[in-house]
Amino acid sequence: MKKTAKEKLISFAILSPSLLFIGIFVYGFIGRTAQISFLNWNTFSRLLQGEKNYVGLKNYIELFQNPRFQTDLWNTLYFTLFFIIACLAIGIFLSLLLNNKPKYGYLFQNIYLFPMAISFVVTGTVWRWIFSPGTPGDPYGVNLLLSRIGLTSFQWKWFTSTESFLFFNIALIPVIIAAVWQFSGYTMAMWLAGLRGIDEQLIEAAKIDGASNWQIFSKIIFPIQKPITLSAIIVLAHVSLKAFALIYSMTGSGPNNVTDIPAVYMFESTFRANRYSTGSSIAIILLMMVGLLIIPYLINSFKED
Amino acid sequence: MSLKSKFSIALLLSFVLIFSMVTLAAAQDTKVEIFSWWTGGGEEEGLQALFEVFKEQNPNIEIINATVAGGAGSNAKAVLKTRMVGGNPPDSFQVHGGAELIDTYVKTGMMQPITGLLEEWGVRNNFNQQILDMVSHEGEIYAVPVNVHRGNVAFFNKAILEEHNITPPTNIYTFINALKKISEESDVSPLALGDKNKWTAGHIFETILVGTLGPVKYNGLWNGSTSFDEPGVRESLVVFKEIMNYVNEDHAALTWQDAAQRVLNSEAAFTIMGDWAEGYFKTLGWTPNKDFGWVSVPGTRGSFMVITDTFGLPEGAPHPEGAKAWLKLIASKKGQDTFNPIKGSIPARIDADKDKYDPYLTDSMHDFATVTLTPSIVHGSAAPEGFVTALNDIINQFVTTGEVDNAHQRLIEAANEYL
Repeated sequence: MKKTAKEKLISFAILSPSLLFIGIFVYGFIGRTAQISFLNWNTFSRLLQGEKNYVGLKNYIELFQNPRFQTDLWNTLYFTLFFIIACLAIGIFLSLLLNNKPKYGYLFQNIYLFPMAISFVVTGTVWRWIFSPGTPGDPYGVNLLLSRIGLTSFQWKWFTSTESFLFFNIALIPVIIAAVWQFSGYTMAMWLAGLRGIDEQLIEAAKIDGASNWQIFSKIIFPIQKPITLSAIIVLAHVSLKAFALIYSMTGSGPNNVTDIPAVYMFESTFRANRYSTGSSIAIILLMMVGLLIIPYLINSFKED
Repeated sequence: MSLKSKFSIALLLSFVLIFSMVTLAAAQDTKVEIFSWWTGGGEEEGLQALFEVFKEQNPNIEIINATVAGGAGSNAKAVLKTRMVGGNPPDSFQVHGGAELIDTYVKTGMMQPITGLLEEWGVRNNFNQQILDMVSHEGEIYAVPVNVHRGNVAFFNKAILEEHNITPPTNIYTFINALKKISEESDVSPLALGDKNKWTAGHIFETILVGTLGPVKYNGLWNGSTSFDEPGVRESLVVFKEIMNYVNEDHAALTWQDAAQRVLNSEAAFTIMGDWAEGYFKTLGWTPNKDFGWVSVPGTRGSFMVITDTFGLPEGAPHPEGAKAWLKLIASKKGQDTFNPIKGSIPARIDADKDKYDPYLTDSMHDFATVTLTPSIVHGSAAPEGFVTALNDIINQFVTTGEVDNAHQRLIEAANEYL
């Protein structure tokens, strides 16, 4: 359909307010944050004086030398990895179960999706109660359950544990469980929508040809669902980088920063320590990490268009 | 009606709405917005009692109670700073006297001096002079200290101590022996700690630091006459590490209130916390000297770790008259004697009515008048916020790693950078 010049003008006029606001409040502020990250505004009075003394990459270099930030990066890597894998695995499994239209399927569909409607703060607070370890003499939450059913050897310190394995802090496991609980329903819903769109004849034809269930899944369903899986990964990945509210309400930074993530460190640097430039550097690093995930995806989808 | 005229009517209506809101706000000067982080146990009730008196004295002024929850104001401070920088200050806000007030807000020109007001109300000489020094800069007073808290207090469950035949310890050695005895004889945690929010571990550390250095050398850390190379600083890390052997295993999952609850429920013997914990115990129905006892943190008898909550008058406060009425109330004897007995703190005024205070507080008032005052680090009175955050980080990692020399080195580096 060809658009007349007048129609183009109208569509631009309608878009222009949001373009303007996005320009100011998104890109303008990203630019401002990037600028502050190259300054030495690491006290409250320097922020107020507003003198621009550029220090180059000093803030970034100090961050990467800082053991806390190194821990944060490892935590983010493992958190994102396990969070995405578990959300996909559980979500896909649930969607396949529900796709067979079992009795009360809609009920379960809603139950699985429901946690997504809850804010991270609520999730974090409740799962903190569940995984709060208590003491060996007086266990709490899951540890109490384990002691009631006689499995005391499975008790551990959950998110207060300070052990790690290949830089993976095991204290992250309860946090990952909470996040997966909240977001696996999302993968399920995405996949279910896709599954409902797959032509039944395709599956039946495969069955007639003698394909096993696994072959149908891996050779037909999964490839068809690839774009959906990719979008789910993108959404989940950026959720994991923004898990501030979950971490902050559930565990805090944890002992020796075992459950710390860059977003928490950014908040503390900026608003507690008044290290505005350090905080801005962390923000820019986070932005680049999100960009690393999303830009290839965007390029890919533009190509397809 | 054409689209164009519909649009202009909509636009007009929006403007009318905005202007009516603006004029409405301007017409009501009889408001006062009080910003604080008093949302916990005794604190909130104390604030409400103060508001009741305020309403009696100023029936025309409406109070806007702007509170932000979070231990030691950790979240509130972030909100406040954003408001101050954005030119949207509350009429009066809670801030710890000392570095937090002076470095952050006074030196940056965000506060109005109130020396004249205190003189006009005739209350200047009723305050403890040392406390006024903490809220003064270049000869001008910038805030009214409402209350004084003591940081270096160890509260204990009396029943547990009696059960183990332990007399309240007075020095660090008898303290460690007592902790050891309890851990050997029972399942009870000897020392309750909740450091999900990092500052509580830093709080224990600073009270031990003042013990190993002594009050005079400790105060010297903040004016440069004592160096962080001092052996006493390293020793404090060693003692701290020893004491951390006796805390509850799940300390990283708890807050200070949770830790206090452990003592209350006879699941822990001691807890080291500022005396706001006393107000908290009382709200939960405990009686001082009967259910719980206290000592200054063993080894710190000659020191009074001061935390003082103060309120000042920001530049550009939208309702200065309301703010002045508020300051006048909290500077008055009645205001201080209303608030402090409930919150579990002692007044910054020296002429308070002792009958209104419980045995703990009268004990604290006596010490306050007789021993050396030392400013708290983690509560922002001694050092700039950059140092406080660095210290909390160092101690948080030290609790897990136990590397004394590394922690000492990082303390020295932090001191060089921020002090």
